[in-house]
Amino acid sequence: MSSSLVLSEIQNHVAILRLNRPQVLNALSLELMDELVTCIEMFDQDEQIRCMVITGNERAFAAGADIGDMATATPIEMYLRDQFTKWERIRKVKKPLLAAVNGYALGGGCELAMLCDLIVCGENARFGQPEIQLGIIPGAGGTQRLTRAVGKSLAMQMILTGRTISAEEALQYGLVVKVVPVECTLKETIKIAEEIAAKPPIAVQMAKEAILMAFETSLSEGLLFERKNFYLLFATEDQKEGMNAFTEKRKPQWKGK
Amino acid sequence: MQLPKLETVKLKVQESILEIVLSRPEVMNSFNDQMGKELLSALQLGKKENEIRTIIITGEGKAFCAGEDLKSLTQTQAPLGNILRNRYNPMITLMREIEKPIIAKVNGVAAGAGVSLAMASDFRIAAEHAKFIMAFIKVGLVPDSGAHWFLPKMIGMARAFEWMATGDTIDAKKALEWGIVNQVVPYEQLDETVLKWAKAFASGPTKAYGYIKRGLMKALDSNLHETLEYEAYLQELAGNTEDHKNAVNAFIEKREPTFQGN
Repeated sequence: MSSSLVLSEIQNHVAILRLNRPQVLNALSLELMDELVTCIEMFDQDEQIRCMVITGNERAFAAGADIGDMATATPIEMYLRDQFTKWERIRKVKKPLLAAVNGYALGGGCELAMLCDLIVCGENARFGQPEIQLGIIPGAGGTQRLTRAVGKSLAMQMILTGRTISAEEALQYGLVVKVVPVECTLKETIKIAEEIAAKPPIAVQMAKEAILMAFETSLSEGLLFERKNFYLLFATEDQKEGMNAFTEKRKPQWKGK
Repeated sequence: MQLPKLETVKLKVQESILEIVLSRPEVMNSFNDQMGKELLSALQLGKKENEIRTIIITGEGKAFCAGEDLKSLTQTQAPLGNILRNRYNPMITLMREIEKPIIAKVNGVAAGAGVSLAMASDFRIAAEHAKFIMAFIKVGLVPDSGAHWFLPKMIGMARAFEWMATGDTIDAKKALEWGIVNQVVPYEQLDETVLKWAKAFASGPTKAYGYIKRGLMKALDSNLHETLEYEAYLQELAGNTEDHKNAVNAFIEKREPTFQGN
């Protein structure tokens, strides 16, 4: 499927979603977010798809929300617009979402990248939450996810001053998993996506769910949650297959059941 | 290609070579604010234009570049750190980012940031009478514009400290011996020698030169494992260039390859 603001293609079991408003550095308009959520939810339901990659272009992953959309809005209009509900829907997706970031990932762009389960970036990537310069603060999770990703001090500095960080800094602070030459970013991300797609899908999803739970609960509750997912996986055919293959010294054939 | 009109920097393009001539000969091509800005825009042009495949930086008249113009420095209130951040640092960073060979044609004295400018280039050819002066310490300052990074990599820590701390003048012969310059030639042969090198680079596999620059920068900051991995990325990129494919065909067909720079 292909639409104008988000281009999608499927390679093996991986869906690649490309943000496509290059003339405005992929600013995340309401329409673009609509399309993105629609695509993501569709692929989440699609049995053929096991992992998704969101990317932009070489200059920008996404340089923020569409300021034009918001400049004259009243609080009530913003409330009724309820734009962040869409972001919540992306958060609820079961399959892993990977971000392949080149260039700017600013404001909403940085938040979208952080909403993904892991980030790979090119050497030219710049991450930041510059909302303070517009008299507002991040609204799609920036204060929460950046703090969890890079720690309090750097998050404070970035959000209170609007300072952006380089790819190397992002790697150093654990915001991204890997920095590669710009030309290799998407390919490297797809490589990781394909590795994930080659694993038993239900276990992958249970693991994702448990990892994300680490940000929501106390350790005791998190451990309990992990254990329940762990036990639950023994109900899958893939668990039997994985363990049989291991003892029989052969490669497992996953069924996704 | 439209060349911008600049006052303190002269530009010339021929056979895919951009020659940037620092042109404040009355003050030994020392930097003021304007020359800093104009050199930066000349380098940006060199980066952007695909038809440019090699860049030469040299000085007009007797000197290559005498670094910061101390006289203009006394007229400014700006803290020195800001002058570096605004003027010199972007220039040095850009030179390392330009994915094309940059040759410093050291036609005479290089002092202070002028030495750094030569070191930030990829290749240095000096005239026999050229001199290199690590002048900063003579006015109680520390080397800048990347000198602390480049110099010990070229000549080692011991010599780097000695030179930085004494502010001595090094002649071209010693610069060659220390490995700061690639080649020294009599002044009369300087233009022709540099042009020969420049033409060779300008008709070479430009993308691969760019990847070499990236690889070297990365390697200086990485361990062997990281460097090996990075080389794998770069080789994949180089392997996808037209120049590589054409050169392999030329090799099989036993003829000389022509590189288009793509």
